[in-house]
Amino acid sequence: MTTLVTLPVLLPILGAALTVIGSRSARLQRLVGIVVLAAVSVVAAVLLVAADRTGPVVVELGGWPAPVGIVLVADRLSALLLLISTLVTLAVLVYAIDQRITDYGRDTASTTFHPIFLLLSTGVSLAYLTGDLFNLFVAFEIMLFASYVLITRRTSASRIRSGMTYVIISLTSSLLFLSTIALVYAATGTVNLADLATRVAALPPGLQTVLALMTVVTFGIKAAIVPLHFWLPDSYPNAPAPVTALFAGLLTKVGIYALLRTQTLIFPQVGPSTVLLVIATLTMIVGALGALAQNDLNRLLSFLLVSHIGFMLFGLAVFDARGAGGTALYVVHHITVQATLFLVSGLITRRTGTVSIDQMGGLAQRAPFLAILFAIPALTLAGIPPTSGFVAKLALLQAGADGGPFTRIVAGVVILASLLTLYAMVRVWIRVFWGTAREPLPDADPADELVVGTAATSRPMYAATSGLIVISLTIAAAAGPLSAVTGRAGTDLMDRLPYTTAVLR
Amino acid sequence: MNTINLGMAVVLAVLYSVGFYLLLQRSLMRILIGIVVLGHGANLMLQLAGGPPARAPILGTAPPELFADPLPQALALTAIVITFAMTTYLLALGYRSWVLVGHDEVQDDVEDRRIAERERPEGSMADDTAATGTDDEEDPGSAAASAEPAGTGVAQ
Amino acid sequence: MSTDHHRTPSWDDWDYPEGEWMLSGECPVRTNRTLMLEMAARVLFPTVLVFSVYLLIVGHYAPGGGFSGGLVAGLAFVLRYIAGGDAEGAAIGSRIRLRPPLLVGIGLLLAVLAAFAPVAFGNPVLSSAMLSVDVPVLGHVDLVSSLILDVGVYLLIIGVVLDLLRSLGSAIERDEREARR
Repeated sequence: MTTLVTLPVLLPILGAALTVIGSRSARLQRLVGIVVLAAVSVVAAVLLVAADRTGPVVVELGGWPAPVGIVLVADRLSALLLLISTLVTLAVLVYAIDQRITDYGRDTASTTFHPIFLLLSTGVSLAYLTGDLFNLFVAFEIMLFASYVLITRRTSASRIRSGMTYVIISLTSSLLFLSTIALVYAATGTVNLADLATRVAALPPGLQTVLALMTVVTFGIKAAIVPLHFWLPDSYPNAPAPVTALFAGLLTKVGIYALLRTQTLIFPQVGPSTVLLVIATLTMIVGALGALAQNDLNRLLSFLLVSHIGFMLFGLAVFDARGAGGTALYVVHHITVQATLFLVSGLITRRTGTVSIDQMGGLAQRAPFLAILFAIPALTLAGIPPTSGFVAKLALLQAGADGGPFTRIVAGVVILASLLTLYAMVRVWIRVFWGTAREPLPDADPADELVVGTAATSRPMYAATSGLIVISLTIAAAAGPLSAVTGRAGTDLMDRLPYTTAVLR
Repeated sequence: MNTINLGMAVVLAVLYSVGFYLLLQRSLMRILIGIVVLGHGANLMLQLAGGPPARAPILGTAPPELFADPLPQALALTAIVITFAMTTYLLALGYRSWVLVGHDEVQDDVEDRRIAERERPEGSMADDTAATGTDDEEDPGSAAASAEPAGTGVAQ
Repeated sequence: MSTDHHRTPSWDDWDYPEGEWMLSGECPVRTNRTLMLEMAARVLFPTVLVFSVYLLIVGHYAPGGGFSGGLVAGLAFVLRYIAGGDAEGAAIGSRIRLRPPLLVGIGLLLAVLAAFAPVAFGNPVLSSAMLSVDVPVLGHVDLVSSLILDVGVYLLIIGVVLDLLRSLGSAIERDEREARR
């Protein structure tokens, strides 16, 4: 059983090795990628059931017990996020594979794409499962390095600028993270998360605040909270659709997960955190208003992503079991829906030959199915009942209502930001799908992978997108059991004992 | 809790300030050097986190109570490997940028500028528009952006 | 594998070896080569490789291990590249008919399998076992199973360094040569 915990990390590495060795066979690469991710999904589902029934599943690597050895821990939160992340990664891979087949033909193998994609998945899995602050750093690095390659791969002259911004910002945050780890180790003499939970509590309060603030800044850059978000709307829209979908779905959420884990486990608070509430408010409002100003579809979605990071931060800022559970549920919902929206945006771009909303219009006549595909995740993101967005938002609002006067005000901001999201989405829908139909624009730069105006879309690309929508609808349909699980996960996070006792035994 | 001596604290301060100063430059090569220097700073700090200097923690060379804490050393080794990878990646990226656009400048978000210009109320800040039109003029670090370098169109 | 070295590189076969990895016997006359360095490289190359294997093997108890061994072996290739320059640089080593990514892949595969292997014997992932043998000439030898993982890392690092030499070394020189034409 405990060996299973290592599989989500080791299987993708194994897959990466196989796809590098078999880099001449496109068929083998595709097969390995899909099989590995499907296997990891199954493992994650098993882990979730096990963690929910019997408590966190802990594996000590090499048989060395914590806090000296390195541990991987699958508790309710990490197993749940692992499951949903892997499912989304799988859907995005199917989409990406079909986009490659459509664009380059069936036999085009690549030495970089598949291995890097799987390594990204390794990094994400490790970040969720690791029970050790330094390994979290390593996981971030694996994930980010893979993302650097994916975002600058086949880049064109017009896009390399944004790739550079992304890389430099990420590297800066990584070095800050490393400095934080050094300070934490100097202060406590351990990097094991469960061990830190007890040792940090013994430190002087001022030092605790400094360390907590450093982790918030470090993970805040990765999660793109305002005012550390400027890099995101600049860089994400400049990658090919599947890559953007993967980044938007997973990378920022891993940042949120790290914040959730460290703030609740290592730097617990009693009562709502004013600083985090203010940041969450700013993030929600700045993101939503930024989205309204955009004309580029992908940039608009990126700003909405920033806005919704604020929602998740709000749940954390309330600092009680309900808030943490709400955040977990919101992350699960948002991973799915944000990835779906970017995939749909990729399909729209292919049908219109542009990312500029001004130049689209009347697409509903040419592609009615696409109009539905966009409408469902758009309404889900805005949180219209009975979608998964509504369920997740309700959990957050309930937590906010119980938290105190200040959290009730911020809960009002949540509703305001949701309305702004709805407004932005309806506006996009009207401008893209209604009106007189336009001919797709010609492909201005054939070497550029971002805008492919060939109208070439294949059925599996739609199928992958629809698959994500089905997941999203399933989340809404299974809202009862799911929110029960996230509720228990939130209780675990606040209680801390289930985690620390399982790790330290 | 470990504290460090003043000399090392000064070295750290210099490394961090030089690193962050270089990080704020326009040229990717300077940023790269900045990141390398910052990386050295972070790794040195990780080393110092292990306590005062002591014997190398290799079995059989000294009694274990004289050993330095091996864990920060292992962490620093991992971090050095990661810094090595970042350096080569940034070098490759810098070269790619030089091949594609002829320089390795990190420039501003163009679309953001465009939106800011468009959304501004008509005539309200007419004087300001001229000043923000191109920031290249204000930034001596990005002078290379306008000059056409020798290497344009090298590959492809 | 195709043996046609003169086709134009495209995006998908950019990592195909374009020539020989090792210095060839003949030394085409070029202006910017140093004879001293080249001779030194020839002498040092095998020595450094042997030293890297030594580092790899002693890594369990003494300073060394797969990573440092691999880097030292990689440095041997770097020395060779610096000495031989562009002439063999663009063509470093096709005697080992192996694309560097393949080396990386094999190394990674070996390392992951070595991590998994203890599970088959009912031990935790990444745990290691030791086998003590008395070899007639060498004396008492401790063979540790984590050596396999180290060999994987060793191969991986050599592959990475060779790949770097090719993509940041000879490929750039080739671009410059083509630009000069």
